[in-house]
Amino acid sequence: MTAVYKRELKSYLTSMIGYLFIFFILVLAGIYFSAYQLSSAYPKFEYTMSALTFVFLISVPILTMRVLAEERKQKTDQLLLTSPVSVTGIVMGKYLALVTVFAIPMAVMCTYPLIMSKFGTISYKGAYTAILGFFLLGCANIAIGVFFSSITESQVIAAVLTFVFLFAFYMMSGISSFFSQTALSTCIAFGCLILAFCIIIYTMIKNTIISAVICICGEAALVVTYIVKSSIFEGGIQKILEVFNLSAHYENFTNNILDVTGIVYFISVIAICIFLTVQSIVKRRWN
Amino acid sequence: MIEVNNLVKRYGDHKAVDHLSFSIEKGKIYGFLGPNGAGKSTTMNMITGYIASTEGSVVIDGHDILEEPEEAKKCIGYLPEQPPLYFDMTVLEYLRFVADLKKIPRAKKMSMIEEVMDMVKITDMKHRLIKNLSKGYRQRVGIAQAVLGYPEVIILDEPTVGLDPKQINEIRELIKGLKKKHTVILSSHILSEVSAVCDYVLIISHGKLVASDTPENLAKLAAGSNNLNMLIKGNRSEIQNALAEVEGIKRIKLEKSSEENIWNASLTLDENKDIREAVFYSMVKADCPILEMKTKRASLEEVFLELTENEKQDQAKDEKTDKKSEAAISDADMDTDTETDIAAEKDTESVADVDIETSAGSVNGPAEKEEDPDDSSL
Repeated sequence: MTAVYKRELKSYLTSMIGYLFIFFILVLAGIYFSAYQLSSAYPKFEYTMSALTFVFLISVPILTMRVLAEERKQKTDQLLLTSPVSVTGIVMGKYLALVTVFAIPMAVMCTYPLIMSKFGTISYKGAYTAILGFFLLGCANIAIGVFFSSITESQVIAAVLTFVFLFAFYMMSGISSFFSQTALSTCIAFGCLILAFCIIIYTMIKNTIISAVICICGEAALVVTYIVKSSIFEGGIQKILEVFNLSAHYENFTNNILDVTGIVYFISVIAICIFLTVQSIVKRRWN
Repeated sequence: MIEVNNLVKRYGDHKAVDHLSFSIEKGKIYGFLGPNGAGKSTTMNMITGYIASTEGSVVIDGHDILEEPEEAKKCIGYLPEQPPLYFDMTVLEYLRFVADLKKIPRAKKMSMIEEVMDMVKITDMKHRLIKNLSKGYRQRVGIAQAVLGYPEVIILDEPTVGLDPKQINEIRELIKGLKKKHTVILSSHILSEVSAVCDYVLIISHGKLVASDTPENLAKLAAGSNNLNMLIKGNRSEIQNALAEVEGIKRIKLEKSSEENIWNASLTLDENKDIREAVFYSMVKADCPILEMKTKRASLEEVFLELTENEKQDQAKDEKTDKKSEAAISDADMDTDTETDIAAEKDTESVADVDIETSAGSVNGPAEKEEDPDDSSL
């Protein structure tokens, strides 16, 4: 793992991409910092942090697109996968290298509250909580990017997929408000989901009976639950979509709250993404 | 060292590797031979654990590649078809990275890297970026990477592809040198390479093992079709009659050559019989000078072509690999026979195809004895 970590970090710091990423984050952070804190003399650094979340939409895909896609394209994954290192070790090494690259602009940003303190009183706790939240949000976004880089050989496809998903997660509160909250519409939406799930199962195992049985059982259970107690379906779509709303979990950090559930949430997102990345690499070997 | 049992790799309906079984012993060089798309690379990828097999197992030094991958992979150094190089690193950086990946202890690391660089002669290039190296040097870096850590088994997938003749020779010498300490498996579709380097050859076709033996034994397998080619001056019927008296000829084929009254004779001989002298004396007796005489032994190449081309007809037969290879050869013999016969029928004017049964040899016996006094008088 350390070998992969060292190589990856070195490769990011000797090529353009790593510096581009650092540059991009620092320029935007600098602009917001100058506008809010230096020009308007606003004492809350959290404001800058909360306005900055959109930088990940562009910077993370650029950073993560090549991390695994490039290995596959250049066939260097043959070296990694045939050497005595576990797949989890490889993915973790790469992920930690990316996090280290991301930690560089974060370290620079940590000095901003200190600069501000020269001109007045500020809340260090509030400022650094926001920076911690921002760091966790960034790490979660990078993990998502790593996953999309693992499913394709093409860097462009990896970048576009990462962007689309990060954008959808960024806009999640808006997207979830499109859906109706009534129990009936939720139930119908779940019904469609079960149907789609069974079609996926059918394409995978090519067995009509098993997929039909799963489909009928699922739909029947759904209808029975709806008849017995329809109230549990109310707002169901929103509840599910809320799981993907990364920025909502970040908001607490910018409001001076050290949100433990938020920390747990981001760590879970990272863990799930790394697990899926490992699975997608292992699965490819079996194809 | 390596046990491969019933290895199968299926891509959809297509079987890339079809029930392959063999075992690899220590301290030898093994060659995988097969036409393009025969499943050589797929097999190597499965042995090294890069891809998983659909069925069957690969056991390396007692460790199953899928169950104890890390232990098994420690015993293997692998050079894939395309050397897995990072173009943004220098040679030294790259080899250091590989040493770390292979968990070589820090104390030994640098000396080992120096040694391996000397071995493949890339010490002068150690501070160059890999992207600026030529193909030959990249290939050497790839080999250095596989040898690093001195694993017990070194697997090289087409190690000489794309190199110039001098480099090919150097790499071959290098591979031969590896034999002292390591077991080497290499794949190739170039026959001369395999026969020059390997102690043992596994011929693969359509994902199946069609033959496995030493290069010498494989050549012997087809020894039944030894040939003697000659250029003879004289009358056709005279030549034919004279040759008919010689013992040990299976078939005679006479063809007009470009020059007047000179014939191309190609004789198919019985196994392991030297009849050159007998033919000479018999021609002298018939007053037909031999202008040229060449023996042609079946080469590994011919065995290879026979085995791989006839594989499809063989698929129906569900026998063990040994029997299969024999069957393939006998099929091939029959095939070439019928082909030449057809050719002879088409072109009856210039080609005479005479079959002599071996039992007729006893009749020819006295005739040979009669030749002797004549020869001595000459």
